[in-house]
Amino acid sequence: MFAATNLYCERDERVLFSHLDFSISAGEVLQVQGANGSGKTTLLRILCGLNPDYSGDITWQGQAVQDIRETFNGELFYLGHSPAINKALTPLQNLRWYCASRGFSDDAAIFTGLAELGLAGYENIPCHQMSAGQQRRVSLARLLVSQATLWILDEPFTALDKRGVAELEARIAAKAAEGGAVILTTHHTLQLSCPVRVINLDVLTGVSN
Amino acid sequence: MNSQPKLLTTSGALGAGLRRELQLAVRSPGNTINPLMFFIISVSLFPLGGGSDSVYLSSIAPGVIWVTALLAVMLSMESLFRSDYEDGSLEQLLLSPQPLYFQLLMKVFSHWLVTGLPLVLLAPLLGLMLSLPVQGYLPLVCGLLLGTPTLSLIGAIGMALTVGLSRGGVLLAVLVLPLSIPVLVFGTGVVDAALTGQNFAGLLALLGAILALALSLAPLAIGAALRISVN
Amino acid sequence: MWQWFYKLGSPRHFYDMTTAFLPWLYGITFFLLIVGLVWGLGFAPPDYQMGDNYRIVYIHVPSASIALGGYAMMACMAAMHMIWKIKMADIVAKAIAPVGGMFCALCLFSGSFWGKPTWGTYWVWDARITSTLILLFVYVGVAALRNAFDSENAGSKAASVLTIVGIVNLPIIHYSVNWWNTLHQVGSDLSLQAEGANPPEIWIPAFFMGFALLGIFLLAIILRSRNEILVRERRTQWVQDLLDHDLQEGLQRA
Repeated sequence: MFAATNLYCERDERVLFSHLDFSISAGEVLQVQGANGSGKTTLLRILCGLNPDYSGDITWQGQAVQDIRETFNGELFYLGHSPAINKALTPLQNLRWYCASRGFSDDAAIFTGLAELGLAGYENIPCHQMSAGQQRRVSLARLLVSQATLWILDEPFTALDKRGVAELEARIAAKAAEGGAVILTTHHTLQLSCPVRVINLDVLTGVSN
Repeated sequence: MNSQPKLLTTSGALGAGLRRELQLAVRSPGNTINPLMFFIISVSLFPLGGGSDSVYLSSIAPGVIWVTALLAVMLSMESLFRSDYEDGSLEQLLLSPQPLYFQLLMKVFSHWLVTGLPLVLLAPLLGLMLSLPVQGYLPLVCGLLLGTPTLSLIGAIGMALTVGLSRGGVLLAVLVLPLSIPVLVFGTGVVDAALTGQNFAGLLALLGAILALALSLAPLAIGAALRISVN
Repeated sequence: MWQWFYKLGSPRHFYDMTTAFLPWLYGITFFLLIVGLVWGLGFAPPDYQMGDNYRIVYIHVPSASIALGGYAMMACMAAMHMIWKIKMADIVAKAIAPVGGMFCALCLFSGSFWGKPTWGTYWVWDARITSTLILLFVYVGVAALRNAFDSENAGSKAASVLTIVGIVNLPIIHYSVNWWNTLHQVGSDLSLQAEGANPPEIWIPAFFMGFALLGIFLLAIILRSRNEILVRERRTQWVQDLLDHDLQEGLQRA
């Protein structure tokens, strides 16, 4: 479904990875491992299309992503280090904008999503009045309303409590079960009900199981 | 998630984006008010610094209003991409399946609605304070109406280039002010032509032509610049 | 032809080719400069109106064309860098910005020292002068933007975008300034007499000086590009070998 061949990237005259090949098909979860500074975030941003400084091919359903950028963006969910939540707006306004920019409107899903994350009643409170953990949850609520098939998650478990971690793990497993694909980085030991493939950027040898 | 999501067309998605920008403007009114205050204050400095003689004031009025409007637009640019850059919304905008060109046009347009348009509406009042002769008001407003969107578009290119820099503010002015000179020249030219009893329609058409060019090309440059800045 | 062009796109080949080419460029430029200066200052007759003052055109006019042509060249390089991701094009574009700006400044200064005895003032808002001033601003902006980035890569891309925006805008600026100037014309006739009125003894040295200044411009950007190549490629084997070789030679001489 989604494949990268012969990826090469260097930053500050240091080769982060070269000859990196992997592919992910429906129902799979792929974890990118590596020490700090090994290029995990860079790799995810390259896969999303936010970082053009690489060589190699990235394909979605067999087509090069740069040729089908808008279609690919419609299938993609990206969670980065920044929350992508405007603090002056309410969760509802933030999520409505997010959905609209993805081409749909679904207030019911927004309310359910916020409620599932324990934010029922906070829909119309400006985000700057919330705690950091709550803001993080608003950001994660995007994941619940998203209709994307490919999730690319950069450190999704940051700032979540134990319950939140377990819920998110269940979500990831459910996404894989319904035929989606998830690529993620984390320092936390994943406890998923589905198999996880691992790429380790420190070894640079490619895929190991 | 038992309900059916409603699919939106591109224009629906752009409408929602416009709504978000307007909601943001309501939540942080300083972004609108501060450039306006800058506009009023700096215009009122000219009589204080150069003399309040009405003949002198009316001779410099078109230039003063246009130059300060240009500076006010540049100052207002900070609110166009800064917060979106810092909280990561800009990344999501670039990863959106909607055409980036139209999204950026929408963004600059909504920013102009809350910063540029108020300047245009306020300009006649400042013309009054600078003893602008009566036949100068209509061309002043028409010129600003066609010129300030171009200034916003050029400013947006500069802002997109500098949004990732911690000290981008002065640099923005250095990059953008030279590129804004044609708008300034024709904008003041429209008023001067009207004051000397010449036909100013041709100059307005030129301002319109520059706007059309900026509308068609600037979003491409803004998009390229934003892709560099988020990286 | 294409292969030659292609080779020039590789920093290493650019370096090697210019190593062979530089002594020639030095020689030709020096020759043109000497001939132009001696002829222009020593033998060309004084102008019947301006006396000896006109001799500043030998620097003024070529520097104006080089400043303008330099920007066009920089924009071509920026486009090549953006479209085909040719790194060498960016190295040259980076080399041009300050040099082009210098020629703008040279043109403005020489114009102003010419203006004082000729028109009685150091500065007039003549259309050409104003356009050159704005061109200088744009050059400064491009260089400043590049330097503002910590990352070489981001800085070069941003500078390329701005350079291309500038090349679209410059004709409009030029046109607007011309129009503005006719509106605000102060009444003094600033134009030189037609070219045809100048005897060949005046314009032939100008021809030499023009090419001499072009030579200086090319020398400056080639030397700056070579420096930049060495800095950017300092980790590669060929630069290491080159440095070792130079070091050995230095030791032998000592």
